[in-house]
Amino acid sequence: MNARGTPGLRRALALLVGDPSADRAVPPTGFTARLTVFTAGAMAFLAVFAIAFSLATGRLADRWSSELARTATLRISAPADQADAQVGRALTVLEQTPGVATARALDDDEERALLEPWFGPDLPLDTLPIPQLIEITETAEGYDATGLRARLQAEVPGAVLDDHTRWRVPLVAAAERLRTLGWVALLLIGAATAAMITLAAQSALSANAQVIRVMRLVGARDTYIAGAFVRRFTLRSGLGAAIGTALGLVAVAALPDGSDASGFLTGLGFRGAGWLVPLLIPPLAAVTAFFATRAAALRTLRSQA
Amino acid sequence: MIELSDVAYSYGGAQLFTNLTLALTPGSFQFLTGPSGAGKTTLLKLCYGDLRATAGRVSLFGQDAATMSRDDVAMARRRIGVVHQDCQFLDHLPVAENIALPLQVSQRAAEADGNLDELMAWVGLSGQAQQRPPELSGGERQRAALARAVITSPDVIIADEPTGNVDWEMSQRLLTLLVELNRMGKTVLIATHDMNLIRAAKSQVSAHVLRLKDGRLQAGVAL
Ligand SMILES: Nc1ncnc2c1ncn2[C@@H]1O[C@H](COP(=O)(O)OP(=O)(O)OP(=O)(O)O)[C@@H](O)[C@H]1O
Ligand SMILES: [Mg+2]
Repeated sequence: MNARGTPGLRRALALLVGDPSADRAVPPTGFTARLTVFTAGAMAFLAVFAIAFSLATGRLADRWSSELARTATLRISAPADQADAQVGRALTVLEQTPGVATARALDDDEERALLEPWFGPDLPLDTLPIPQLIEITETAEGYDATGLRARLQAEVPGAVLDDHTRWRVPLVAAAERLRTLGWVALLLIGAATAAMITLAAQSALSANAQVIRVMRLVGARDTYIAGAFVRRFTLRSGLGAAIGTALGLVAVAALPDGSDASGFLTGLGFRGAGWLVPLLIPPLAAVTAFFATRAAALRTLRSQA
Repeated sequence: MIELSDVAYSYGGAQLFTNLTLALTPGSFQFLTGPSGAGKTTLLKLCYGDLRATAGRVSLFGQDAATMSRDDVAMARRRIGVVHQDCQFLDHLPVAENIALPLQVSQRAAEADGNLDELMAWVGLSGQAQQRPPELSGGERQRAALARAVITSPDVIIADEPTGNVDWEMSQRLLTLLVELNRMGKTVLIATHDMNLIRAAKSQVSAHVLRLKDGRLQAGVAL
């Protein structure tokens, strides 16, 4: 904390802690109070989903793009007597191709492992016309798939390049866009919360013009009067947001659980430490309410001088 | 303590008064009289910084009221106990808490112990401590307002018609309170129409009487 920040922080804390007996000076406003709790709660509920959405789309984008970076396969179907020669030629071609980081022929054990889910163990691999597989990893820049295909066609007639993950490129872009939209939605939720709390505080302040006048006449300072309103709205917003967050988390937890493979919708929940992120909502709502109410109160007090 | 020099004030229309000069010297006891509508309440409001003079200089405890911040005004108000003509309270709080409010807002709540009960007994409100201000009679409200004005033992007490709605006996009790505070060195300024009150005060302290009429302040009115 730097030297200039400290008095500001102390003032803010004084406004929050202040003298709770000041709160009694402001008459209870049942309706505004309930509205504030409800607004903060509803917004927190929405924020939980916006966070879940952003985290899920982020996870999706990360997973898809890391798969993209990793894999392409070259499949070589050749008569048994030519197989080894074609694999050797294909590996040479791949080694010479810019953008290919590694190229490695899978051995029999690995191929057997790939097929095991379908054919069971002890598959007599050498008696079956199973294509030989070469696993390719790309460099960050990637390779020119069209050029590579043309060269392979000329030199390794039995080779088929399968860069099946490439079709996901636009999807990754879309997932990233959605994640950004999720964060924008969160920002909008925060701004809308601030705006609504400002309106509620403003209405409480103008309803209490007489209270403010009496407090002023007996020597109350602006921070003392503002503190009574600020504390009230901060606590209400924090409380409402805590309720909304809890309900939001319950709703997310109650979403039908799917495995990773079942795609985007069932992946909407939180994972691991992700469950902790929404816990930031109530304190953030309280901080938002604190500054919104403080600004509204000090503005009103200035104009009523 | 509080000085008005060559002060003028208007609510937007005609000047209520111009070139008015008034000094609340420490320990003085002054009455302000004059016909209804002459501007007595207005003059008092200038004295406690509720209104700002349209011309001239108002000085509150050595500070120029025109340049004081809101916090400065708040600090000055803590040294001035005010009884307003229309007795404003926090209507949702009990009378006792209203009377203690000036201590509360200046973080001196602890001083309320003892003092508060004694003061409420003196102004005859012991039985009304837990009632809300709107439930009080006009005279009870005035007594509560006077109690609130003096609870902090302020340097200056400014009272606007503090005895307008109370009987003679109670007005004597309230006067005694103000006279005692004056003897303790407090400065007192009272706006009133009540000539009997002025006469009673003059028999106890050396009180000055000022008369505001037609925008001019005259001193030493014969009773
Ligand atoms: N807020 C206001 N806006 C406009 N005019 C006002 C306002 N307050 C008072 N006045 C006018 O200023 C004049 C002086 O009012 P003020 O209350 O100071 O009189 P006063 O001497 O205290 O009268 P009273 O003895 O009846 O209490 C009156 O004519 C009144 O109508
Ligand atoms: Mg008056």
